[in-house]
Amino acid sequence: MDPELTLTVDGATHTTTCDTRTSLLDLLRRRLGITSPKKGCDHGQCGACTVLVDGRRVLSCLTLAVTRDGAEVVTAAGIDGPLPQAFQEADGFQCGYCTPGQVCSAAGVLDEHARGWPSVVTADLTDTPALDDAEIAERMSGNLCRCGAYKGIREAVRTAAGAATR
Amino acid sequence: MRPFAYDRPDTAAAAVAAVADRPDAAFLGGGTNLVDHLRLGIADPGLLVDVTSLTSTEIVDIDGGLRIGAGVTNADLAADPRVRARLPVLAAALLSGASGQLRNMATTGGNPLQRTRCPYFQDPASACNKRVPGSGCAAIGGATRNHAILGASEHCIATHPSDMAVALAALDTQVRILGPDGGRTLAFTDLHRLPGDTPEQDTELAHGELITAIDVSYPRGRHAYRKVRDRASYAFALVSVAAVLDVVDGTVLDARIALGGVAHTPWRAVRAEDTLRGGPATEEAFAAAAEAELADARPQPGFDGGNAFKIPLARRTLTATLRQTTPRETA
Repeated sequence: MDPELTLTVDGATHTTTCDTRTSLLDLLRRRLGITSPKKGCDHGQCGACTVLVDGRRVLSCLTLAVTRDGAEVVTAAGIDGPLPQAFQEADGFQCGYCTPGQVCSAAGVLDEHARGWPSVVTADLTDTPALDDAEIAERMSGNLCRCGAYKGIREAVRTAAGAATR
Repeated sequence: MRPFAYDRPDTAAAAVAAVADRPDAAFLGGGTNLVDHLRLGIADPGLLVDVTSLTSTEIVDIDGGLRIGAGVTNADLAADPRVRARLPVLAAALLSGASGQLRNMATTGGNPLQRTRCPYFQDPASACNKRVPGSGCAAIGGATRNHAILGASEHCIATHPSDMAVALAALDTQVRILGPDGGRTLAFTDLHRLPGDTPEQDTELAHGELITAIDVSYPRGRHAYRKVRDRASYAFALVSVAAVLDVVDGTVLDARIALGGVAHTPWRAVRAEDTLRGGPATEEAFAAAAEAELADARPQPGFDGGNAFKIPLARRTLTATLRQTTPRETA
């Protein structure tokens, strides 16, 4: 018998069963009809499926749903406020397919930065630097955009980071 | 994908027993590599035993270093203040690897056990002695840009993809293992194997053995990790170097060096270390150390132009990384 699991997604609680082989991405999209996270590569190489699980950005395509019983999942549809607005204002997308993953990843970047995490381009690893363009590009590198809207994406994250620290 | 059972036991001992019991069982950590393998059809376990919630997610102080629980994520490890201040080579290596999302998933126990990204290994239609022993090696004479220049065999020229493992190989690192017959400790540099004629065996771990923690000592000296790759971020290394050099009054008291992207294992650069130890920390000495380490390097021909470029690249990256670890006035 397929295992049962309970997930909170964007504040709503869902109890369902799923085959052990089902990814969190497929569970969200196909079982629960939550289509905000996108399937790009399905191999952990593009970031389109990024969601927040218990507050951390992860790849839902490489997450087996059965391993996340009881988890709290946030998709881009569950994020409002300055971050998605900054993507709109900075034109941080073209076709929009990668955007939900970009938004979730950016939410993770802002949280990780607020926790004081360095990145590999941080000159002194004991330091938390400002989120300049180099830091944003490095921290967002797990999200590919085939339209090449990176300039707007960087600007959106910079704007949202400014709004978060004001 | 073949159906599989899923189990999440309460203790490490129960997980070990569950996997040891079934030849087709596997441990599941962060899943970043194994779940992809399920989907690619290059792993088909009948039982996955989830160990993420039963191995420690704590990093604790031990005499002269840290004990890192196998369940600690790569992100949490890189963010730990003790790692950032006293093991910067490890923090930098972790942060050089994968992406923010993957580092939130990947674990300390799982990262060193990830398998090669050789495209022929990852393609079930290609011959691969690592995936199907005895089937041949499609990588030899294929596209070899990302393949080994040190320690390869006629059966396998794959490289180990981890950055974290390169830093751990350079440091004084012990792997704590629980198996069906009890616990044991293995030096990290003894964990991985050269391919020889059994490339299907990546490590010395037996079926059912679980990494429960990794102990790392704080070394004396200055740290550097340098990674050269085809794009600036989110790519595996063509060549990487982890180095810790303890230089006093211009003399190298101790050197700890490992290379990534060049071999089937994270490659401890013993020859370079021996060349440097006791000598001056000069540009000439660094070049001689790199020369010694790469003396037996062999390029792989390939239809993509092969990987002969990696030999001078490794030599120069090693020299540059050593320079980075050395206070300017003595270099």
